[in-house]
Formats: sequence, structure tokens, C-alpha cells
Amino acid sequence: MAVTEALPEAPEQFVEVVGEKIHWLQSGSGDSLIVLHHEIGNPGWLPFYEQLAQRFTVTVPDFPGWGQSERPLWMRSVRDLAVELNLLFDQAGVEETVLVGLGFGGWVAAEMATMNQSRCKRLVLVGATGVQPPEGEILDQFLYAHMDYVKMGFHDNDNFRRVYGEEPATEQLMDWDVHREMTARIAWKPYLFSQTLPYLLPGLTTPTLIVWGADDRIVPRSCGERYRDALPNSRLEVIEGAGHFVEMEKPDELSRLVLDFAGA
Amino acid sequence: MHLAYFTEQPMSAYPEEEGRKAGHTALMFSNRFYDRDAASQLYQDRITEYKLVEEVGFDGIMLNEHHNAPFCMQSKCNIFASILAAITERVKIVLLGNPLPLTENPVRLAEELAMIDLVSQGRLVSGFVRGGGTEQLAIGVNPAYNRERFEEAHDLIIKTWTEPGPWRWEGTHYQNRVVNPWALPLQRPHPRVWIPGIASRETVVWAARHRYPYVCLNTSVEDTLRVWKLYAQIAEEVGFQPGPEHRGYLLRVHCADTEEKALANARQFTWMQGEFTGLAHPVWSAPAGYNPAKQRQVLVEIAHGRRVARRDVGFEQQIENLRIIAGTPDRVVEQLRVIMEATRPGIFMIWGNDGFVTHEDSMRCIELLGREVLPAVREIAAELDLKDPFEVGAPVSEAAAQQQPSALRA
Repeated sequence: MAVTEALPEAPEQFVEVVGEKIHWLQSGSGDSLIVLHHEIGNPGWLPFYEQLAQRFTVTVPDFPGWGQSERPLWMRSVRDLAVELNLLFDQAGVEETVLVGLGFGGWVAAEMATMNQSRCKRLVLVGATGVQPPEGEILDQFLYAHMDYVKMGFHDNDNFRRVYGEEPATEQLMDWDVHREMTARIAWKPYLFSQTLPYLLPGLTTPTLIVWGADDRIVPRSCGERYRDALPNSRLEVIEGAGHFVEMEKPDELSRLVLDFAGA
Repeated sequence: MHLAYFTEQPMSAYPEEEGRKAGHTALMFSNRFYDRDAASQLYQDRITEYKLVEEVGFDGIMLNEHHNAPFCMQSKCNIFASILAAITERVKIVLLGNPLPLTENPVRLAEELAMIDLVSQGRLVSGFVRGGGTEQLAIGVNPAYNRERFEEAHDLIIKTWTEPGPWRWEGTHYQNRVVNPWALPLQRPHPRVWIPGIASRETVVWAARHRYPYVCLNTSVEDTLRVWKLYAQIAEEVGFQPGPEHRGYLLRVHCADTEEKALANARQFTWMQGEFTGLAHPVWSAPAGYNPAKQRQVLVEIAHGRRVARRDVGFEQQIENLRIIAGTPDRVVEQLRVIMEATRPGIFMIWGNDGFVTHEDSMRCIELLGREVLPAVREIAAELDLKDPFEVGAPVSEAAAQQQPSALRA
């Protein structure tokens, strides 16, 4: 919501899984590609999605408790979230897909892939949380006002303004607060990483593209290196001039990488 | 009337200029500025003061705790409660209170409190709080489950005190497979529970549902009366008539031999860059999920500087509207009467000394309060019929009231 640049609309849909209402945006045609959003939520149908939609049917669900999806009061972990999303795509009959995870969504994507390799043909992790950084720390958003935190995820403040405007509306701030609360509910401690996922990653043979913004101030690049070292069939690419929110700052570069990797 | 003494136990030795430089004095203000030698001495001073508090006639000593900030040196109120259990003989030890959500094991807390009650020979009043927003971050406890943890920890502690073990607790936030501590409180069915707060609606309602006295922490007279009204509404639903024994009030009161000195020292109630509890980013005080969803808009607006948080007005105005009372004993009594008539509490907490008030001045203040103010306040309380829970033998809770023969239920 509150996206200031003119964006193409994408059809939205509500589906139900485990008795909960889930909202998603879907557009494009061709093979399935699913994008999993950051913990700050999905701001709308982004140019990055639109570019992928030229080659894929792109689905962007709001996680349970985020955006317009119903809050699952029972949910306590990111693994719970990954299981629910796998059930959602079982139900939707998605047999094969490319899974693109952005930041926190990268963690969710990696969890989902370890549970169901046969569905995940290709995996893309962009600035993914989920593993403890060997160097540095994942930035603690609870110490910053919501807008300051989101700004720290951009390399260039102009890019923040382009997406969210000079002064995001109070509704946007409230959305960020709801999403922050959900992040607390399922990823409070350890904060934004799993202590067990690294031990499962070597079993994941899915071809994986790992992408990092050269100026990611939220998730250290050492997390990307750790993913690369743990995943047997992976490579790490760094995009200059991008912070944590690579898809909002460098949509062309990121979509080109993803299309080259998964779209052939 | 129950008259208790309170101080935040400030770490007055912190370098003020460093706080100004940092721009905050809570949560993230580095403890490299913590002066260990001064802290040790400050604890000695507090112990000496607490002994005098008992000697001059107070009924209780109120303790609390806070974390990561110089404004309060108690990081675990049960520690000072244990000390008071041993060094005092008569005063109630009033904890307002243990921040329940911060504990990972309420059964351990129930054990500690039982031991304090036993060692003090039944002098414990065990208040419970949620802990402030910054407290959740300082201890690393999930703010999103704060109220759930508060309520579940409370239920588990009361059951631990009242239901013979061994039994098993499989809750949402706490699981204890063998609850059977060999430490039970001396007071039966359990120590009194008083709930302090700054008028959060949910907590007032919760306290009234349990029939626990609610202690307004330095709220304005208007806010205090609003709390009593809400409390009375809920009490009516529950089926009891609330009286002064259900109403507590904490007020900043400093007494000295001259008006000038009293006013100068009372100014210390607004120390630390003018905001007693230290400067904190508003987002630290209200982490996501800590407050009810209906406050979300106001809180994000405050966090982003789009709305000014309601703050106390300046010192002079606080003196003017009796949010702070300062003066010689006669003057203090005169002003306390106004507050007592307006708010009619049965439990009165006197927050006597804070900030940079010296040990000597603190001792003098306690002496004057005890020897000159308290006797006059007791007379006013008798005149206004302000009785505390002990005097009227109020049931410790709604559950306890239900256990009593119907003739005794009020």
C-alpha cells in the first residue's frame, strides 16, 4: 500500500488454508514463480514482479498475519509459517515453481525448500535472513522507528521516496507496526535466524541463486556467504548500488539475474 | 490507612552530561558510565534510610524494579525485599512489583516470594506488573506476548501458592511438569496482591475482576478518579462494593525544615533532563505488540514525531496542581488533605526522595514525614474513614472471597 509510483495493478485473490484467509496478488503467464516478501510486508505490485511476470505466472502471497491475510494466533515460528505456505501451494496445485525469497522471505523460502525439494525447481535468496551471520549482526528493528528502519534498508534515500513517498501515510506506519508485531510473534528469539536450518541446507540440492545488495545494512553479506557455503548447488551475486531492499532499488538488475537463472 | 515509603533508588552518580550527549538515559545509555563504587555506597545509604523508615512509623516500604537505566537501581525487587525481610521487623514489604512477563519460570518466582514472606514472618505484599516497554527489550522478552504472559504467570503463581502439589502446568507460555515447591507463603491463602499502574484500562479491569487493590502511580487527580470509576463499574459486575481498601495512590512528597529546601529537593523529582524515567526513544517504550491494537495509531505517530506524547507539565505547575507536594510538615499535611479528600485512597505510597537529594536530606525528610506528617495524616484518614485492606480484613482476592462464608462477603 501507499506506493507512490504508478504501478500496474495485479489481480488479487483470497484463498483459505487451515481455516485462515490468505491474500495474494497474481499476474503474468507461464510457469509458476512465487515471491515471498520481506518482514516489512509487500508494498504492492512492484516493477520487479511485473518484469518477472513477462515470463512467469507470478504469485505474491501476504504471509499469514501480514497485509490482508488473517493473523494466525497459534503461529510461533518461521517453520510454522513455511509449513502453512507449503500447504497453501499443495492446495493450489502448484507442482513446480521458482521460489524467490526477499530478506525474511528468503528464510521462509529456504525452510519451504528443505521441506519440499520436488516443488522447488529453482531457489532465489535475496538478502536472506535465517542463518546467524558469521560476521556482524542482523539489524534489530525494535531499536528504530519503523520508517528509520525501512530507510536503512535502502542504499539511496531517493529510492525509498520513490516507493513510499517523502512522508509515508500513518496507515503505512501502522502496517509496518502490524508486521513488526508478527515478526516478534514468530521470530523474536533468536532474532530472524534459525539455529537448525544451517544443518539442513547441505541436503538441499536445488539450484540456488543468492543475491545481496552491496550496501545491505540490515542483513550482513556474511549470511549470503554462509548460505553459499552450505548449499551445494548455489552461487552468490552482489548488486552494486543496492541496500537490503534490492527488488525496490535495482529491479532491472535483479529481475535480469533471476530470469537468466530461472527463465531459460 | 496504609502509609508506605517509596524511592526509585536512583543511580544519582551517573554523569549527567554523558546522558545529554547520548540523547537518552534508558535502555541504550551505556553502562560504562555506571559507577560501581558509588553504587555500592548508594545501596548502603538506602539500607540506612529504610531502617529509619520503619523506626519513624511508616506501615510499609514499597519496592519496584527497572532495567538498563540510572533512574532505578533495583534490577530485582526481590533482592531488596529479602534484605528488608531480615533487617526490619514490622513494616510490610510492598512489591509494586515483580514484572511477571520478564520471568521465564513463574514457579521460581512463587518460591522466592514465599521465602520472603516466610523470612519476614508474613509481611509481604506481592504486587505484579507487566514491566515497561523498554524492560521487555532490556531483558529480551517478547513484547507481543506481554499481557498473555502476565496473566498466565499470575495464574500459575497463585495456584502454586494455594493448591497442594505435586501437579502439572501445561500452559501457553509456561510449562512445568512437577509443581511442588517446598516453600509456601506464611500468609494464607496467599500474600496480598496489589496492582500498580499508570491507568492502563486493561490492567484496571483485570485488577478489579480479581478484586485486587489498584495503585495509581502518580496519576493526576482527574485520571485517578477515572480509574476509580472504571474500577467501580467492573466491581459491580463482579459483585462487590469497592472502598478505600481497593484504592492506592502514589504521590511525590518531599518534606524539609524550610520551604526553600523542600522545593529545591523536590525539583529532583524531575531530574534526568526533565523526565524522571530518563529519555528513551518512544519506540523503545512501546515495542510492537506490547500495547493494545487500538493504540497503534497514536503510538506510531508518537514514534515518528507526528504527535507529542502526553508529558508532565513543568515543575512549578506540578507543584501548583499537587502532582508534587513539597514543604515543611504543616504545609505538606495541608496539601495531603486536599489529595486525600479528592481521591480517598486507603493505601498511600509516599515517594519521598529521588534524583540528587543527599542521603542526609533523605534521612531528614523521612524523619519529618514519620514523626510529624504521618500522625496528622492518620487523623485525617480516620476522619475521612479511609481504611486499608488490613484494617477491614478485605479478602485477598475475588477467588478468596468466594471461599468465605456468604455472610462475610461484602
